Amino acid sequence: MELVVFICAAAMVLGGALGVVVRSHPVHAALSLVLTLFGVAVLFVAQEAHFLAAVQVIVYAGAIVVLFLFVIMLLGVDRVEDIDVEPIPVQRPLAIIVGIGLLSVLVTAVVQASSAVVAGSGSGLDDATVTGDNDSNVRQIARSLFGDYVFAFELVSVLLVVAVVATVLLSRRPDKTGGPR
Amino acid sequence: MTAVLAIATPTTTWYLVLAAMLFTVGAVGVLVRRNPLVMFMCIELMLNAVNLTFVALAKRLGDISGQTTVFFVMVVAAAEVVVGLGIVVAILRRRPGATADDLAELKG
Repeated sequence: MELVVFICAAAMVLGGALGVVVRSHPVHAALSLVLTLFGVAVLFVAQEAHFLAAVQVIVYAGAIVVLFLFVIMLLGVDRVEDIDVEPIPVQRPLAIIVGIGLLSVLVTAVVQASSAVVAGSGSGLDDATVTGDNDSNVRQIARSLFGDYVFAFELVSVLLVVAVVATVLLSRRPDKTGGPR
Repeated sequence: MTAVLAIATPTTTWYLVLAAMLFTVGAVGVLVRRNPLVMFMCIELMLNAVNLTFVALAKRLGDISGQTTVFFVMVVAAAEVVVGLGIVVAILRRRPGATADDLAELKG
């Protein structure tokens, strides 16, 4: 059963990722991104990260992709990009060679290091199937977030305010009178 | 068939290899695409690959800190997308149809 879930989710993830890279229409690429993000959310559930799966669907698939689509529509760049044009000669073969090299290095590192990772050496992960408490994952993340990482949490709120202010400034139309923007 | 399904349960290594493949696809996408919006989407693919690695290792090690880190990565990614798209909108409003190759100089 786990295997079936993993294979289906992996097919979603990789199919969506390839779709993002090869589709010439930006809207199609954004919709392929949704497929990938949902596949990753399924894998999060399979790895007992229930809260993160919910956040993944709400924040990524719900907010970020909608933002992408909104910008695509706003700018009117929703036309087919001619992906046959190769701006720099041998860029694509080179990129594919780099990709194969990167993949082989990463996979080798993962397989080599898999025995070095000691299972269960952390402080313990509350598993809903063990504790019988369906909220245990959320409760444990909350304890970690507002306990050990509360300072980082506050800093992140500052970061979000800075991002909001920066975006408002960036997207203002230039002042026609020539004054400071 | 059921025996095979019972034996072959996906281990952490499977998840890590899948994350490596996702990361590679994203990296190749950044290298080959010229539309700045699609390049952003490929960066999101790479961030998701890293998140998947964190979650898989959090399960394997039995440590909640990995999942907390993924939460922070998601927040920072959201902020990054917002600022990045603001910059893309500002640039494309000045010169419509610009690709990443047309933005070689910083002068507006």
